[in-house]
Amino acid sequence: MAQDNVIAADALQMEREWKLPDRGTIGVIFLIITETALFTMFVAADLIYIGKSLTGPYPKDVLEMPIIATVCLLSSSGTIVFAEHALRRNDLGKFKIWWLVTILLGLYFLYATGAEWHKLIYEDHLTIATNLFGTTFYSLVGLHASHVVVGMTFLLIVFITTIFGFPIQTQERRVKFLSWYWHFFDWVWVIVFTVVYILPLKVF
Amino acid sequence: MASIDYPLEHPKAEALTPEFSFSESLYKWVATVDHKRLGLMYVVSALVFLVIAGIMASVIRMQLAFPLNHVVGPDTFNRLFTMHGTTMVFLVGMPMVAGFSVYLIPLMIGTRDMAFPRLNAFGFWIFLLGGCLLYFSYIGGGGLSGDGSAPDVGWFAYAPLTEKAFSRGAATDYWALGVLLSGVGSIVTALNVIATTFCMRCPGMTLSRMPMFVWVMLIDAWLVLVALPPLSAAQIMLELDRHLGANFFDTQAGGSAVLWQHLFWIFGHPEVYILIFPAFAILSEVIPVFSRKPLFGRPAMVGAVTAIGFISLGVWAHHMFAIGMTSWSNTFFAASSMLVGVPTGIKIFNWTATMYGGKLRMQTPLLFCIAFLLQFLVAGLTGIMLAVAPFDWQLHDSYFVVAHFHFTLVGGLVFGLFAGMYYWFPKVSGKMLDEKLGKWHFWLFCIGFNMTFLTLHFAGFLGMPRRIYTYYPGRGWDAINLIASLGVIPQAAGILCFVWNIIRSSLRGIPAGDDPWDAWTLEWATTSPPPEYNFEKLPVVRSSRPLWDLKHPQDPDWKYE
Ligand SMILES: [Cu+2]
Repeated sequence: MAQDNVIAADALQMEREWKLPDRGTIGVIFLIITETALFTMFVAADLIYIGKSLTGPYPKDVLEMPIIATVCLLSSSGTIVFAEHALRRNDLGKFKIWWLVTILLGLYFLYATGAEWHKLIYEDHLTIATNLFGTTFYSLVGLHASHVVVGMTFLLIVFITTIFGFPIQTQERRVKFLSWYWHFFDWVWVIVFTVVYILPLKVF
Repeated sequence: MASIDYPLEHPKAEALTPEFSFSESLYKWVATVDHKRLGLMYVVSALVFLVIAGIMASVIRMQLAFPLNHVVGPDTFNRLFTMHGTTMVFLVGMPMVAGFSVYLIPLMIGTRDMAFPRLNAFGFWIFLLGGCLLYFSYIGGGGLSGDGSAPDVGWFAYAPLTEKAFSRGAATDYWALGVLLSGVGSIVTALNVIATTFCMRCPGMTLSRMPMFVWVMLIDAWLVLVALPPLSAAQIMLELDRHLGANFFDTQAGGSAVLWQHLFWIFGHPEVYILIFPAFAILSEVIPVFSRKPLFGRPAMVGAVTAIGFISLGVWAHHMFAIGMTSWSNTFFAASSMLVGVPTGIKIFNWTATMYGGKLRMQTPLLFCIAFLLQFLVAGLTGIMLAVAPFDWQLHDSYFVVAHFHFTLVGGLVFGLFAGMYYWFPKVSGKMLDEKLGKWHFWLFCIGFNMTFLTLHFAGFLGMPRRIYTYYPGRGWDAINLIASLGVIPQAAGILCFVWNIIRSSLRGIPAGDDPWDAWTLEWATTSPPPEYNFEKLPVVRSSRPLWDLKHPQDPDWKYE
């Protein structure tokens, strides 16, 4: 009997001390892992097909490095961190400003991609069907851009609801997950940039 | 066996389930986010697809029973083996993985639901949509050009056969999109399983105390997460090729048909383990309980299953020895394929050692496990043979390969699933399955399976290629094919016994009580069927066999851990 009491007290102790990771954290980490697997396959296809196009236009004829867009996207990774810090300090004004800056940087990136595609399609007559360069270029850049669009949608939802008075400080955890997702696609861009622009233009 | 005196109080299930009208209960099923209802819906839809795919296999065997037979024509035959393979892998195997995971894991780790219940419902419905889309191809697959109906490109859908030029109509698109959607369902379910096992375990349930079933399904979910996206990527590329004129697999524009094979098998080989893991998981629960001994070598089992979760990602090109790779690649993939046999061997050894010296209860679940051990051993050994590149060159695309993978997926997976269904049916329904019908099911199915697939190894040795719809007499294949086709009869009879057993037992089976097998994991601590909230008060555990501790307070496991 005495032993039973010891066990019961022990159980209470265990219940109190029982700590497990947050399900959202684990969920986002493994979402990023599975997205990485998807991107890896497209990057691999890209690498295999560098310089394998049978007909032009080739990357050296038509591609330009999107330096400004890249700088914008990468710095949006920083501004979203500032926004998060502001939110943690409960400084809603600063939060809104940094969040808006993040959105604008992301929107400029998407605009630059659109303008680049427009030029390639209408001036250089490079479509996804033209050659292997077109196939891999549009599919990898497009896959990345479509993920940025998804991230942008969530950024806009947060911004608009906050402007209309939604208490975003109650959602600090979800804002953190959104910013992880955003960081991830910023860093995926570094790989896409290397594979799509640097390797064909500077190395091969 | 009487229900044990578990200190956690739980009201009787009857008191909590008032009568509902038909439309109310339909609504309850369709709108549910309860992991038990979703798990059941997974398993039931998988069983429906299993019957459909089984009927297709029976027609295939009827066609091949005699040389120059004319049950179906070559076009229909191609559609049959394509739909049979695709259905078995994506609409039977994968939902079984998901169904067993989402039903059992929350119960086994002592929690009330999955980490993301609505995502769980999304996973099920998107899988079902994918399955319906695939079967809609029989109606809609003609496309605008009116060519063909169901897909006829094989479950592996090799390029460039799948390109627009060679597969007109919409059948191949239904294949790609249906499988893509059901893949999305598998991925989100895997995410959910991982989050659940990491974040929802009841107090005291450390990773080292987690039931072996949960461990195996955790690694399974990991494999789904990293191995399914390559298939999705390949299918997206295929659709880009077919509809936007991209050139990924278009050899005339410099694209590579081999790229498809790589992407497909980067998915395809881990997929084999994704499918067999539920059987591993079930055996690791059933064998100890029916041998009255704890699982032998638990840490080694965890190590082995984790090793498989990584090594199996690096062996895919053993499906491609015949395409002419460099000898370095051949050597690498032959060696890594043999390496993955080592952890599998450890598992078979440990299950056998669990039974050794145990007090075996020869009931239906254990019978299926024993048959699994023998048949899976054969499958593993023929697998090692095929991992030897020169041997593979000889028997590639022959019936030896067909026999090999049916030994893993039917002799292994399906036998394991039957063991699991006999074991957990009492928990799910509150009724015992009939033991006599169960034995009939086992013996008929076991004999029929070996009649069909043991013999087909020899058809392969004698040079019979896969996927042919007929053959000439006098090549030594006649008798083998006839025996293999006759084996369908006992298998079908066995399945009928099983279905009849389920219907009869759920209507008037013997009430099971909470814990009919005198088992040790937490799902047996609650009522059968479990109430919607599983446990009134979340349990606290101290060892990997919490129910043993409760039943034997004088000699609990945690004293030795
Ligand atoms: Cu393989």
